[in-house]
Amino acid sequence: MTSLPQSTEKRLGLVIDLDTCVGCQACVTACKGWNDGGIGLSDQDPYGADPSGTFLNRVHSYQVAIPDAPAQVVTFPRSCLHCDNAPCVTVCPTGASYKRAEDGIVLVNEDACIGCGLCAWACPYGAREMDAAQGVMKKCTLCVDRIYNETLPEEDREPACVRTCPTNARHFGDLADPESAVSQLVASRGGYDLMPDMGTKPTNKYLPPRKKGPGTASPLAPLLDIKATGIAGWLDRMLGKL
Amino acid sequence: MHPAPSVILFSTLSGLGFGFLAFLGWGALLPSGWHAFFLWGLGYGLAVAGLLAATFHLGNPKNALKAFTQCRTSWLSREAWASVATLLILAPVALSDIFTLGLPRIIGQIGGTLAILTVFTTAMIYTQIKAVPRWHHWLTPVMFLTFAVAGGAMLAGMGLAPVLLLAVGAILWAVWRVGDKAFARAGQTMGTATGLDRLGVPSVLDPAHTAGNYLKREMIFVVGRKHAAKLRKIALALASVLPALVLLMPFGIWGIALAAILHLAGALAARWLFFAEAEHVVGLYYGARG
Repeated sequence: MTSLPQSTEKRLGLVIDLDTCVGCQACVTACKGWNDGGIGLSDQDPYGADPSGTFLNRVHSYQVAIPDAPAQVVTFPRSCLHCDNAPCVTVCPTGASYKRAEDGIVLVNEDACIGCGLCAWACPYGAREMDAAQGVMKKCTLCVDRIYNETLPEEDREPACVRTCPTNARHFGDLADPESAVSQLVASRGGYDLMPDMGTKPTNKYLPPRKKGPGTASPLAPLLDIKATGIAGWLDRMLGKL
Repeated sequence: MHPAPSVILFSTLSGLGFGFLAFLGWGALLPSGWHAFFLWGLGYGLAVAGLLAATFHLGNPKNALKAFTQCRTSWLSREAWASVATLLILAPVALSDIFTLGLPRIIGQIGGTLAILTVFTTAMIYTQIKAVPRWHHWLTPVMFLTFAVAGGAMLAGMGLAPVLLLAVGAILWAVWRVGDKAFARAGQTMGTATGLDRLGVPSVLDPAHTAGNYLKREMIFVVGRKHAAKLRKIALALASVLPALVLLMPFGIWGIALAAILHLAGALAARWLFFAEAEHVVGLYYGARG
């Protein structure tokens, strides 16, 4: 049903730390790898001249000009935010797009999807990509087939992107529980929503990059100001006159 | 937004078709025999051709029947119901006109009202999308409805048609004037999209991916925008001014045919612009304001 649940028991989601993310793309690869199994995420012309494919997670990189401070490079992973007020769910004509009442995960039932693309239009974050080979919509499932999977060792029961992140920039947990580790992180680091004015009420939060101190001069700087003396100085003066 | 031919054809043809069906249903002209067969056939032909074109936009059309299930929340589902209900309710009215069976006109009036409601549901599919600020405005349904009513009046040979066609021009002008400022008014920037506005002013360093993807093809369409100003003039002339002038000439039925061809060409140009000029906020992540 494409009506949104009034409230959800849990609000499972991700907290992404932009201070520690180094933009290594490991989460992109792990996501594609895990979700490529079974029905899969297709690629078109993957080894050819014009490759293209379906991904549920993309990592952008930005340079930020900061007044009175050195510019900063910020790498920025972008995936589904599992919004409380998900516009992608209510626009769906078939009921394929839905939000789970028990944990708040937004999913697509591919057996009911007609591939109209309206949910992708409705999402401000570009979280949904149509699979060009299958003609149905793909999106982050928060690895729903990992997090409840009792055949996996307990440490693997988290989304593939979180499990693989080498800098621990990605955290998974219940954001409805104020005592959870992710909620504590959001509270202590000032975690924020993307485009809050869009009214989507995202579950996922981003932790801002910490402010860097003022730029300091290089310790090698004095060496740059070399004055030639002796024979070298004489040569320098003579050659300068030529 | 990518101006897909299937969606442009769908909204233009079905808008004109349902507009004309509304006039036929309400009994604006009461044809009979072959004359009625031709006119109702034209209305049904345009509406159904439009709906068929829309199915070409679907990636997985085998599930199309499921689109009738979510009318509680989805404008696309409501449109599916409204269009099918209109076509079913007006069918006996059309037969009654053709064979002069004398069916009560109230059925035609219900069907005719539903036809206008169908056009409204089509418009709401676009209007509801907050992520495309140019569409998210009450002028969008006004524009779709004015096109349908003016086009229907033109095909029905109503005396008011030239005025309605000029109203189409006025609405188009208003839509462009308001629309050009819509993205800025929505207030979203790369800073709010990434939240990096709390740090400074972000700009793209490296692209997230060097090859294309669905998002860039579907929602970050930039090709051909440099011709937008010219196309606006063409759309205004063809959809509004020229057909209004042609209808004022004493050309009779041929005048209506010529006006219809001009108007349809103009409507297609205007609808192409409706998509091509619409910018989606997801473009902000890619450094494109569109």
